[in-house]
Order: sequence, then C-alpha cells, then structure tokens
Amino acid sequence: MKDIAALLREHPFARELGDDIVTLIAGCARNAIFQKGDYLFREGAPADHFYLIRDGAVALETFAPGCGAVAFLTVKAGEILGADWLVAPYRSSFDARAVELTRAIAFDGKCLRGKCEADHHVGYEMMKRFIPPLVQRLRLARLQSLDA
Amino acid sequence: MSGPVSINVAAPRADPMAPRFLTVRRRIRESADVATLYIALDDADAQKFACRPGQFNMLYAFGVGEIPVSVSGDPALLDRVTHTIRAVGAVSSALVKLRPGDTIGLRGPFGGSWPLEDAAGSDMLVIAGGIGLVPLRPVIYHLLRRRADYGRVSLLCGARTLDDLLFRKELDAWRRTPDFQLRVTLDRADRRWAGDVGYVTNLLPKARVDLAETVAMICGPEVMIRATAQALEDIGVAPTRIFVSLERNMKCAIGLCGHCQFGPHFLCKDGPVYCYDRVRDFLAIREL
Repeated sequence: MKDIAALLREHPFARELGDDIVTLIAGCARNAIFQKGDYLFREGAPADHFYLIRDGAVALETFAPGCGAVAFLTVKAGEILGADWLVAPYRSSFDARAVELTRAIAFDGKCLRGKCEADHHVGYEMMKRFIPPLVQRLRLARLQSLDA
Repeated sequence: MSGPVSINVAAPRADPMAPRFLTVRRRIRESADVATLYIALDDADAQKFACRPGQFNMLYAFGVGEIPVSVSGDPALLDRVTHTIRAVGAVSSALVKLRPGDTIGLRGPFGGSWPLEDAAGSDMLVIAGGIGLVPLRPVIYHLLRRRADYGRVSLLCGARTLDDLLFRKELDAWRRTPDFQLRVTLDRADRRWAGDVGYVTNLLPKARVDLAETVAMICGPEVMIRATAQALEDIGVAPTRIFVSLERNMKCAIGLCGHCQFGPHFLCKDGPVYCYDRVRDFLAIREL
C-alpha cells in the first residue's frame, strides 16, 4: 500500500516539487474517500482542509432560494479543490459535493500554513501551485458570467 | 490532412435576392426560446437549396424582416432544409412562432463551409457554445456518415443550463456512438445534472485527440470563440488548423451592402467560416 507521500507524487500538484518538500507537506495530509453525495465541505463552515482530487469529481455549489443547490464548477481528477484555507477568516465560500466516488488527498490547512510560515520557500512553492488554477478559474468565471 | 486547409466559398447564384416561398413542415421546440423548423423542398428546390455544413440561408418572416440563419440539419437529406432559431429579436421571434403549414421566405444557401474534405485524415475537435451547436450539427452528421475518413472525433459542448442544452435526444444518441467522444458542460446546474459544470474550455484536457493532428471547429458567442481558440493555441493546436464561424449584421448575403464587413472581409460572402489565423488579429479590434 502506498504511503501518502507516494500518492502525493502521483498528483500533478507535486510535479517538479522536491522530495524534501513532498515529505514535509505529506505530514499535513491524509488519504480520503468520499461516496457519491458526500459533502467535502459546506458553505460557511471552517475551511480546515483543501483537497487534491485523485479520482472522481466534486461539484462546487451554492444554494439559491427557489432554485435549490446550483453547481457552477466541477473539480476533477488532477485538480485542486478549496482555496479558502489560504485566506482569513478561513471559512468555506461554497458547498463541495462528490458527484461520484471520489478519492482525494486531504490537507490540514492550519498545519500547512504553519509549515509555509516556518519556511517561506515551501510557502512560495505552494503559491506557485495555487495561483495558476485560481487565476484560470477567475478568468473562466468571468466568461461564464457573460453567458448569463 | 495533406496540404493547406481552405474554406469552400459558395458560387454566386443567378437570383440571389429573390426568396422562394416554402412551407414549414414541422416545428420542434428545443428550449424556451429556441425552435427547429423543418421546411419542405420539392425536387427543384432540393437542388436549389442543397448546401454544405456551415452555410446559411436568409429566412424571411413576412412583414417583419429577414435574417441569416445557419443550416442545422443534415445536408444529405435533400427533401428538407432545417433551421434552428433562437428568439432574440423581432424577426427571429416571428420565425420561432411559425407553425406547420405556414409559409416562410428563403434565399440561399450563402457563405463558405467548414473544410471537412480537406480535414480528412485528421482528428476532429468540434467545440460548440450554446446556440453555436447549430452550424456545427451538420458537421457531426458528416463526420458520422464518413467516420472512416477521419481520426478520432470529439465534440465538446457548453450550455448555460440543462434547459438551454439543444438537441438533447440527439446528444444522448451521439454519446452512445462508438468511436465518438461527447463531453457536455453547463455554466450552472441543478441536481438533474451529474456531468461537468464550468466553462467549455475546461473540457479541453478531456478531449481524446492528438492535438498535433487535430483540426478544430468552433462556434459560439464571439467571446467563447476567442477564449477557446486561444486555449487551443496554448495547448499546441496550430492556428492554421483552427476554424471558427463568425457572426455580424448580414443583410444582402452577397457582399454588396457592406453591413457585415469585418476588416477586409465580408462575412456573408467570404465567411462565415474562417481559418482562425486569418481573423485572429481582427477579433482583437473592438471597433470592428
């Protein structure tokens, strides 16, 4: 059975990430499995974790009165789920619901923030991995809003 | 694909400004604001309105006006011409309300077509945003009929919501077709939908094609076309292998009136299908 560092190395997030950093951040990570319909986090709840999706898909949703739950993005294998752990007050902005059996690596946000504070090189490597998908999602969200 | 890919431009017609009066045979409601009209053609009209994927006709709602509408049906079915129309203005709203037995004015077909013959041998990546699936549907009919002539075929569709997704029964059938990949994404979804949610470019990493050997055909809102073509370039598809269908205010449809001028091009005559490398710079000019 692979340990968490080995699972992490298989994910695109760890591409070009040194073994020392992989080993270091693996200490904040655990393996996680979600059944279809399980929530990974709920809107308004503490954003304690983020996830690297290994298999499956997760819908980001919000609740709109009269419409029910409205999904606006699915996050799939190879992608990162959750950014609210990065920014105070560390509160989840949306619901995240597994739309199929989903395997992920779950990171303890507080643990990883501590390691980033302690070693800014680690923090910079994390930023390099979070900023591109965030910018891309912001860009695409703007395009989606034009379709309304 | 051997040699350059070129757009097939229609030959001038003898009577391009004279509409034919034809009968709506069948009407299908596709969504709240979109309907498909099946217009019957006799043998003489079948020759007159024979078209290629990507071409359009001018549709005339009597007393209201005339608009260009892409052919959405199978060009091989010569006993009808099929148009799918979204009600956005006075003329399109009048056309969408037509019923079986009503008369409609048609002239065409006009414009160039998707370069399907030149693309033979290539992988095909067809990308549609919303109503942009309409001019691409004849492409899919062609690819399915001539499946052996092409490599891998992938259709990526984006729609605002599940209720806005066009041709759903047909999409379901295509999804079950061997050697044909279909991925659909919605801008927003309720619990009826378990598929992808997000912008159509999110589907590009899922396309099962060899990007170096792919010819891409894109149609949708112009913002979507620009974003998608740029995303394709970013992942290695050459601009000379990307084709787009553009839209402007077409009136005469024969390059006389100038309403549809787009830089040095008249979209009605030179387009609406273009190789992306010919129009990329013009798409960045807002004044056009």
